[in-house]
Amino acid sequence: MPEHILQMRQIQKTFPGVKALDNVSLDVDHGQVHAICGENGAGKSTLMKVLSGVYPYGTYDGDIVYEDRPVEFKDIRDSEKSGIVIIHQELALSPYLSVAENIFLGNEKSRRGLIDWDATNSEAAALLTRVGLDLSPHTKAGNIGVGQQQLVEIAKALSKEVRLLILDEPTAALNDEDSEHLLQLVGGLRDEGITCILISHKLNEIRAIADVVTIIRDGKTIETLRLDGGDVSEDRIIKGMVGRDLENRYPAREPDIGDEVLRVEDWTVHHPTEHSRVVIDGANVSVRAGEIVGIAGLMGAGRTELAMSIFGHSYGTNISGTVYKRGKPISTKTVSEAISHGIAYATEDRKKYGLNLIEDIKRNVSAAALDKLADNGWVDGDKEVVVAEEYRQSMNIKASSVATVTGKLSGGNQQKVVLSKWMFSDPDVLILDEPTRGIDVGAKYEIYTIIHRLAAQGKAVIMISSELPEILGICDRIYTLAEGTITGEVTIDDANPEILMQHMTKDKD
Amino acid sequence: MVTTIKDSAGFLMSRLRQIGIFVALLVIVGFFQILTAGALLQPENVSNIIVQNSYILLLAIGMVMVIIAGHIDLSVGSVAAFVGAMSGVMIQSWDFPWWLALVASLLVGALVGAWQGFWIAYVGIPAFIVTLAGMLIFRGLTQITLGNQRITGFPEPYRALGGGFLFPGLFPPETNIFDWTTIGLGLLATAALAVQQFKARASRRRMGLDDEPSAWFTTKLAFGIIMILGMTYLLGSSRGGTPIVLVVLAVLIVAYSLVMTRSVFGRHVYARGGNLHAAELSGVKVKKVDFFLFVNMGVLAALAGLVFTGRLNSAGPGAGNLFELDAIAAAFIGGAAVTGGVGTVVGAITGGLIMGVLNNGMSLMGVGTDYQQFIKGMVLLLAVAFDVFNKRRVTGSPRFRPVVRPGKDNNDIPPPPSAEPLPDEDEALATAEPRRSQH
Repeated sequence: MPEHILQMRQIQKTFPGVKALDNVSLDVDHGQVHAICGENGAGKSTLMKVLSGVYPYGTYDGDIVYEDRPVEFKDIRDSEKSGIVIIHQELALSPYLSVAENIFLGNEKSRRGLIDWDATNSEAAALLTRVGLDLSPHTKAGNIGVGQQQLVEIAKALSKEVRLLILDEPTAALNDEDSEHLLQLVGGLRDEGITCILISHKLNEIRAIADVVTIIRDGKTIETLRLDGGDVSEDRIIKGMVGRDLENRYPAREPDIGDEVLRVEDWTVHHPTEHSRVVIDGANVSVRAGEIVGIAGLMGAGRTELAMSIFGHSYGTNISGTVYKRGKPISTKTVSEAISHGIAYATEDRKKYGLNLIEDIKRNVSAAALDKLADNGWVDGDKEVVVAEEYRQSMNIKASSVATVTGKLSGGNQQKVVLSKWMFSDPDVLILDEPTRGIDVGAKYEIYTIIHRLAAQGKAVIMISSELPEILGICDRIYTLAEGTITGEVTIDDANPEILMQHMTKDKD
Repeated sequence: MVTTIKDSAGFLMSRLRQIGIFVALLVIVGFFQILTAGALLQPENVSNIIVQNSYILLLAIGMVMVIIAGHIDLSVGSVAAFVGAMSGVMIQSWDFPWWLALVASLLVGALVGAWQGFWIAYVGIPAFIVTLAGMLIFRGLTQITLGNQRITGFPEPYRALGGGFLFPGLFPPETNIFDWTTIGLGLLATAALAVQQFKARASRRRMGLDDEPSAWFTTKLAFGIIMILGMTYLLGSSRGGTPIVLVVLAVLIVAYSLVMTRSVFGRHVYARGGNLHAAELSGVKVKKVDFFLFVNMGVLAALAGLVFTGRLNSAGPGAGNLFELDAIAAAFIGGAAVTGGVGTVVGAITGGLIMGVLNNGMSLMGVGTDYQQFIKGMVLLLAVAFDVFNKRRVTGSPRFRPVVRPGKDNNDIPPPPSAEPLPDEDEALATAEPRRSQH
């Protein structure tokens, strides 16, 4: 058996005005898990699109040698015929079709033009077993969780007799348990001889599962590191990704903490459709001026639900409890009430809940505080440009002007627009829900700096995050949440990952 | 030097895209002007085009707002007919004076809009369904109201709304080379446009924002003035002068344009259509916005019904049939997006005029209604296809990014890959995956 299953040689891909790939080479060995990492926009996805035929032969320069033969894929089907299957970050299952139908979608088991349902279902069942899913093939794809959907995607790939599986950020949407399971499965596939290319931001995963990591930066291959020796640290990989030593992933700060600004007492929230289900149970949370308070919890603990229910009852029904602002009880029943009391909530899902992606930067920045630009209901458009321009510069939003549509910005810059929007509303309390999700390392640092700046201005900041290092890196005090209950409150001096994890996994009795 | 030329070319491209729809209208006008051997732009015919299409244009104003918010209204034709019928009953059976009938009719329109707005905004039924039901409900109510009879014989002031002219006979007949009222209004409008443009520019300059080359500003202003003066000349030399409905339309177009571009309410409409969730979480009272959009649509549909009834001097059970489709087509030809968040009042009006000129031009040429329908359908399809194509090309190519202000660091060097997302942005854009399955 030849050593390399895939060799990509000096791949170049140019879009009008931008060189997306500038001389990338990649060697993948048989039966390897080969990780590719790099910052957002480094060219990882573009490279995989070249490989899988999304960008057909002829639209790029360079050679691809696959299983010792030069290949020239015309489209995805063409590459799939050769056993290369890519699973994209956005899962592409049809929610109203069964798992079996999804697995064989576009590749149907048929006899004389009619679907052979028996073969479809029995083969699907076999594939599901192979990926470790205990699921009826008749289950509708929309009724299973994201983690299971990911596994169905892999089953689908296996049905195509995959020899080279490409996973693009497979665990980005998964919780720890599901991620663990998925990585184990990838390891199992490796043992079966299936080669895997893994694109991931999560360096701990890469270190756990990958044999080799190739780092791409600015459309160039920077280096390929072997991980089996175990002497390559996460910081070493980060150094390659950002091109510099990242001595400190979190900026330094001297906290200056003042009086209590917001206190939530005995906060109980029920599920929006299943009214009897308690999602948040008697939570007590407070935050002081200049303080950064973290809320840590596993997925499903109710972090976002807590925040959104406080912010204008945007989540849940039968909400009870009291919100105090500087000691006085206030009502936050609607979003506009919450905003008028100086509360801001920057969502974890900026594309769905945070931004109007078809509008430009300035209109997004002004969206939550249009009244500040308005006189008797009429908006001063010129002032709006001036304000947005100030934020573009102070927040270092990388765009040619404030008339740039936010849908065209990178994740980090979109997040800066969301933060600008809330800063312009001049809140006293900022609730930041996963402010660095999907943002590359360099931009994360910038976001942390902004959060520090807000605290230094005397704002009270509540930060929800699923990354413990981040919580430990920038918070002054941390609440842990498990199954809708606050299970712990730890000051930063007493906190470490083990303690937090203990509280986060506490059982509710 | 090269940079300057490239910049101005890019500037021109981006601006031309914005005004593409006007260019299309002008091209179509020119086309029919030639094909009809000058009949299209005869003063009487121009006056005709305006009056004939006035009710569609009124509907298009409300419709584009509804569409920007991400809704649709299929009921406006039926509502217009119903209000026309009600006004007839008010005048004939209830002996309302004409002015009271007009006011009460607009109120009926508002109530109809409130009815539909209630179901859409507060019950949460999609506007498509509510207004589809409304289309049937109000058509039925029209027929019930009229007992399947026409009502005719409306008083003169009422009829003037649809077919009358501004101050006829104000000037003695011997001075009648032109209708001087029209000329006066035209000059006033020209002056207003110039003053507004200069003021806006001064304000931008005060804020240090002026990014518009002088040549472009002048061209634009000159073009606007020529258009108004041309229109003034044509209408001024027509028999009647300025149609009253044109004044109503002009006032509404200006007012609603302002509302949509400058008011908090208008911005909330765009925000709602662009991303409902983001709007809600930014404190936009989405239900209120939806409700008032449909109240507003009801009032405009009522006004359209009054204009139509006045023009025909008749309220019939079949009035306003298919008006909704013309109004929707006008909005889409004018650049509105089916998904919401995009569109302008002026665009919708231009779209409506394109349809109107097509109708009129083809009728003048003796083209049968069969072909007219076909051609109008094709125009709608191609106009939207062109728009889609245009957007794809623009987003696909970084050369057409929004204009960079002079003085800023725009140059020929492409931005470093880390500063700007790559054209295939899945990588950067797809990083914030939706994750709502926490339960």
